[in-house]
Amino acid sequence: MNTAATETPSAAGTPAAGAARRRGRDVQGTRRLAALLLSPTLLVLALVIGYPVLAGFRESLYARGEGLDAQGFVVEGDRFVGLDNYTAIFQGDRADAFWNAFSNTTFFTLTTVVLETLIGVAMALIMHQAFKGRAIVRASILVPWAIPTAISGLLWRWIFQADGAANALLREQILWTADGFPAKAAVVIAEVWKTSPFIGLLVLAGLQMIPRDVYEAARVDGAGPVQQFFRITLPLVKPALLVAVLFRMLDVLRMFDLPAVLIGVNQKSVETLTMIAWFEASNLRYGSAAAYATILFLYIALIAYLFVKLLGADIIGEARRQTKRERRKAA
Amino acid sequence: MRRTPRIGGAPLAGALVCAGLALSLTACGGDDGGAKGGTSEASLQGRGPITFVTGKDRSGYLQKQVDGWNAEHPKEQVRIIELPDEPNDQRQQMIQNATTKSDAYSVLNLDVVWTAEFAANRWLTEIPKSQVDLSKMLPATITTGQYRDRLYAVPSTSDAGMLYYREDLLKKAGISAPPKTYAEMWDACAKVEKLPEAKGIDCFFTEVNKTESLTISAVEAIGSAGGSIIGADGKPTLNTPQAEQGVEFLVKAKKEHMPKEAVTLDTEGGRRYFQSGKLVFQRQWPYQYALADQKDGSSKVAGKFAVAPLPGPNGPGVANLGGHNLAISAFAKNKASSLDFIRYLTGEQSQRANLLATSQAPTVAALYDDPEMVKKFPYLPVLKQAIANAKPRPVAVKYGDVTAAIQGEMYDAVTGKKPVDQALTDLQAKLQPLTAQ
Repeated sequence: MNTAATETPSAAGTPAAGAARRRGRDVQGTRRLAALLLSPTLLVLALVIGYPVLAGFRESLYARGEGLDAQGFVVEGDRFVGLDNYTAIFQGDRADAFWNAFSNTTFFTLTTVVLETLIGVAMALIMHQAFKGRAIVRASILVPWAIPTAISGLLWRWIFQADGAANALLREQILWTADGFPAKAAVVIAEVWKTSPFIGLLVLAGLQMIPRDVYEAARVDGAGPVQQFFRITLPLVKPALLVAVLFRMLDVLRMFDLPAVLIGVNQKSVETLTMIAWFEASNLRYGSAAAYATILFLYIALIAYLFVKLLGADIIGEARRQTKRERRKAA
Repeated sequence: MRRTPRIGGAPLAGALVCAGLALSLTACGGDDGGAKGGTSEASLQGRGPITFVTGKDRSGYLQKQVDGWNAEHPKEQVRIIELPDEPNDQRQQMIQNATTKSDAYSVLNLDVVWTAEFAANRWLTEIPKSQVDLSKMLPATITTGQYRDRLYAVPSTSDAGMLYYREDLLKKAGISAPPKTYAEMWDACAKVEKLPEAKGIDCFFTEVNKTESLTISAVEAIGSAGGSIIGADGKPTLNTPQAEQGVEFLVKAKKEHMPKEAVTLDTEGGRRYFQSGKLVFQRQWPYQYALADQKDGSSKVAGKFAVAPLPGPNGPGVANLGGHNLAISAFAKNKASSLDFIRYLTGEQSQRANLLATSQAPTVAALYDDPEMVKKFPYLPVLKQAIANAKPRPVAVKYGDVTAAIQGEMYDAVTGKKPVDQALTDLQAKLQPLTAQ
């Protein structure tokens, strides 16, 4: 959702900036032309993103199918309940389930993103080296990312079953796929295996943008490999890395299919917020499901906002800089 | 960046689904004419092409049966719509079709536990009992098609749990008959485990992983002790000594007599376990019989096992009643053709052919005593007895919530996270609002 939303300013910036540079004087006319050219895009965005968000929020204010009539039929019709669906989430049994899912979601986000980042950067550094068979290493590192999540979920399910490969290797009898802490660990391992290549790929792209002469200069100045990494590689690769981490965070916050396939739905130890929303929807409480989805949406938006603010992940930086330049010129 | 799209998998997807539902609800909110649960016989009218909506047809035999119908009814052709293999996905798609009041689905192949929910939401057309011949069917199966004493679905296949046991090991240990009570079963295990060929063997297995299967195990254990989860009046009845005795059996069995990894084994996992010769007793569905009896080397117990009714605390126990029923969507056109097609598929002839081709348990009582069938499927007499004595899973409109609550509390009890009485008290408290009307 966030990635799509951020497209608006960048899309608005680039063509407008290009047109302005060409014409220069007529800023007013350019703006109008930009609005005209962009209106189809904005219309489509409003239809596919704006409307569903609003409709989802509207749905979360209603309840349907409550109670049975004398013949045992469900009473039909929607009823406006205001914020009841939201307050219900934080009460009684529901609150336990909600906070459990909330902490699971947060736990998965923290652990997997940290591990993925470390492993992904290491992968990128390896892939960046010039050595024989580099193409094969690059291709094979990408394989986990290419496998559909549901399939890798099944794959790891076999590995983690009681008589599976994981226990054979560890020579232990850990019940990974039963509800409990090992299930959490299983999900983290499978998720990290699957998505580290994504970070690796984005960081590799960042690495390839760094000119070689910077390293040569550093070597002449007597910087060791560790110093080179922390003083040159990391700062220069930071924009790409932060975008990668942000994407992964947004993705893992709405994780559903991996725990659902690997461990199963309705399992306390791996239940995420999307899984509760799904459970509500599959039991015909669409209002309540929409309320959970809205809360998750706000949580994701908050995390993304904090991340961009605190760490300065500059996803739309290029566009912003260009617009600023335009404004200066216009003035 | 996108993972496999799934409903609810992403906030965007979730929002889109909600939007779609909101659209369809408002779009359909106005016309309420044809959807009053179809109480009159007049609603069973209209002839023409229809669809048959069912889970994946694993044997491929269903198409042949439909071809047979189509050849005789050129103007009332039936088209099969196959849904995913997973029961939850099937229910989901049928519900989506119903909430949009689409006429795309005519005849629905429903799991027995969905009847209450579908009927209460007016998604099914009532089938007057005079319109179908139920006299030949096993009485227990007919109740699964009913909601509040009205018939909404005609039983087409049945199912019940049976006790699989290692006849060879029992014989060697000097035991001539399969156990009728739990105590006899544990005794038999103690004797068998002394045999040299029973090294590393586990005594018993019934599913206790946190899935629908755990609800089934609980229904059987509590039913065998003479209790029930939800009583005949629709109220939860877990505050009884019978319920406690039933759950205590599960806890004891899991602790003392089951493989350590029992909580991770699903139905197929249990089958693999039994087939590799690592169990003396197992509660399992009839489908395992043919597979465990394969002589191609895939089963180490081929020819060495037999089946019996499930044991109970003081005599034969209670099995869970499974199976599928055929119903007519309330929004279907051509309901008269749909009814005829249901009569055709649930008739004795079709069921006989289906049993031979797919080994799915029929609902026509006579087939269980047919010598030709019994020769091919030796377990049929035991299965008939099990079905006659079987109890359905709780009948509840909010079945999804009810089974989730049962699974949660039973899992906590079986894994020792909660004492049995605490789990039962909590479950009683959770089920009360879910079953209140």
